[in-house]
Amino acid sequence: MSGPDHDDHHHGHGDHHHGHHHHHDHDHSELSETELRVRALETVLTEKGYVDPAALDLLIETYETKVGPRNGARVIARAWSDPAYRARLLKDATSAIAELGYAGRQGEHIVAVENTGQRHNMVVCTLCSCYPWSVLGLPPVWYKAAPYRSRAVIDPRGVLRDFGVELPPETEIRVWDSTAEIRYLVVPQRPAGTEGWSEEQLAELVTRDSMIGTGFPKSPEQAAS
Amino acid sequence: MNGAHDMGGVDGFGPVMPELNEPVFHAEWERRVLALTLAMARPGGWNIDMSRFAREDRSPADYLGKSYYQIWLAGLERLMQERGLVLPDEIEAGHVLHPPKAGVPVLAPGDVEGMLRRGAPTEREATSKPLFAVGDRVRAKNIHPQGHVRLPRYVRGHVGVVELLHGAHVFADSNARGEGENPQQLYTVRFTGRELWGDRADPASSVSVDAWESYLERAE
Repeated sequence: MSGPDHDDHHHGHGDHHHGHHHHHDHDHSELSETELRVRALETVLTEKGYVDPAALDLLIETYETKVGPRNGARVIARAWSDPAYRARLLKDATSAIAELGYAGRQGEHIVAVENTGQRHNMVVCTLCSCYPWSVLGLPPVWYKAAPYRSRAVIDPRGVLRDFGVELPPETEIRVWDSTAEIRYLVVPQRPAGTEGWSEEQLAELVTRDSMIGTGFPKSPEQAAS
Repeated sequence: MNGAHDMGGVDGFGPVMPELNEPVFHAEWERRVLALTLAMARPGGWNIDMSRFAREDRSPADYLGKSYYQIWLAGLERLMQERGLVLPDEIEAGHVLHPPKAGVPVLAPGDVEGMLRRGAPTEREATSKPLFAVGDRVRAKNIHPQGHVRLPRYVRGHVGVVELLHGAHVFADSNARGEGENPQQLYTVRFTGRELWGDRADPASSVSVDAWESYLERAE
């Protein structure tokens, strides 16, 4: 359990407009203030009987240890292995994903979008932080922060470069801005050199970012190293 | 509202800085804020659109000056205060000063899995046929409501092509105001990068948004 610490530098909207973050003492007091306020709030809510602390712990445990991008990786590995499953996923992702047991909050209505040699898909939520929790877990800080949300729609190729991803100039880029309750899952291309691999092996290659569209799956060589 | 949260296309925020091997939370208080927010929806009785509006309805300086979970905290405090569940002096004091509201439902540990499993689907029985079909050219209306709205500013007034039909979904704008679900047909509309951003856009890029029917009008 971490208390007030230096990590808070990294999870603002972005470091650029957070000038005050350069000053450590102020940083500490600001974080302490937030932490104290949250503790006070939790005490009040518990004393009033509005929340059950055991339910809070279960919620945290669920998203910290159970629901995460391993779920999505299993979906993608199945799609790579089973053409009929891939077809179902692209037609009705919500029910195809439910076949593997993943459903519910922030995954109620999912659309799967497939990358090809000619087309690359990338997902953003410019208005807030909409993200397919049931298959990817909670979004990373960069996904919720201003640099990504502001630039993904106007300069997707530049954003991909921030991730070290370079696409051929002729590759079409489709950006999906999740402005309603539809959640998007990118189906990346299956890496070369994986013929005959099992679903379990393939799932190891599927990265979180490859399912958002800001990265590629690992190659067999990267997975081995 | 035309708030700071509607940031598609805004310049000056700098590069995206992914964190290697990022943890799910960066501090204990973030864990607590997530859990309190999810748990309080039951006694509070608000919906996700009310939650979003409580987070985004603030001055740009406030919105941009807070970290993600600080915004969640501020939104949660506001929702509770509006309903008289917790008052600001209690948070300052760190203990109960006013009697709790009676009879509010509480999220029990045994309810957590079922609640997350059910989620909150927004698709509803359609009461009208869709006005638009896949391939139709539509214009995002030039609207600027002061309440909650999910049509980003950067598409308003621009012409795109209907790409997907999703059936009827709860209309976020009225749901956020507590004026009912008023389900409407929901579409994915694709705009070329050039239509949205002119010469600055990559000619091979496009952006799709999900838009309720009342956000759209037929384009020639």
